[in-house]
Amino acid sequence: MLRILLLGLLFGITLTMGEVISWFRIQEMFLFDSFHMYGVIGGAIAFGIVFNLAARRYGWLSDTGQPLDIHQYEFGWKRYLLGGTVFGMGWAITGACPGPLFITLGAGYWPIVLAIVGALGGTLLYGILQKHLPH
Amino acid sequence: MVALLLFGRRFGLSSNLRTMCSIAGAGKLSDYFRFDWKAQSWNLVFVLGTVAGGAIARFLLLAPGPVKLNPDTVETLKSMNIADAGSAFAPSVLFGPEAWSNPLALLVMLLGGLLVGFGTRWANGCTSGHAISGLSSIQWPSLIAVVGFFIGGLAVSHFVLPILLPAL
Repeated sequence: MLRILLLGLLFGITLTMGEVISWFRIQEMFLFDSFHMYGVIGGAIAFGIVFNLAARRYGWLSDTGQPLDIHQYEFGWKRYLLGGTVFGMGWAITGACPGPLFITLGAGYWPIVLAIVGALGGTLLYGILQKHLPH
Repeated sequence: MVALLLFGRRFGLSSNLRTMCSIAGAGKLSDYFRFDWKAQSWNLVFVLGTVAGGAIARFLLLAPGPVKLNPDTVETLKSMNIADAGSAFAPSVLFGPEAWSNPLALLVMLLGGLLVGFGTRWANGCTSGHAISGLSSIQWPSLIAVVGFFIGGLAVSHFVLPILLPAL
């Protein structure tokens, strides 16, 4: 567990130093005014693609000898497009996706507490309405 | 993402929101929250680390400073009454102490958060799960989700914030 905590720590420091948790950077991204966020996210994806290809090619396993836990999303489009759109709206308003939501709290920008409470409320609402939503 | 996979876990932050609701007893309200959240508790430890990471970066490493934005962004945001664009890390109207005395700003943060929670759970992932983990394992559902992220984000940035922000 200590190593998971340290990974989280590294993630939090990196995203803060890299300005990924800045509301301004998210606006800049949605206004298509800067390469900054596309570089960060695109770089992570590019590295991930190389890793995933190599892991499959060479049969890499986790440290306990298990296959890597790469989540396979269920086929479909409604939940991804509709849910994704709703999330995108919230991302543009708060400037925070679920990772930065908590990092911003640590960085001491206290009004983010409201966004966290809102996110938990939104999760609760989804859980209640789930059966009535298209998926 | 890579380190978590090698440790037998997976990279995904928004699933923690579900776990937190389950711990708080939301299982009484919906089956969605009745799952083995203890198996997910490692992810909460990760979140705890990110909170500490944010604190270390700002208060020990004394970073980050003002964000050097594209002058076009600065101009766009200033026209929406965000006076500290280009000279701060986060807009004080939403993230500074004065937000606490501005009910509309607080409501905006709350509703924005609500959309984040509702949307990521509906889409079953956020930036880490879909954009990074999903796209790097070449999955169509993740590409559709990311297209959705941008439909929602672009609509709000270009059409909603120009009305909303000046009202704060």
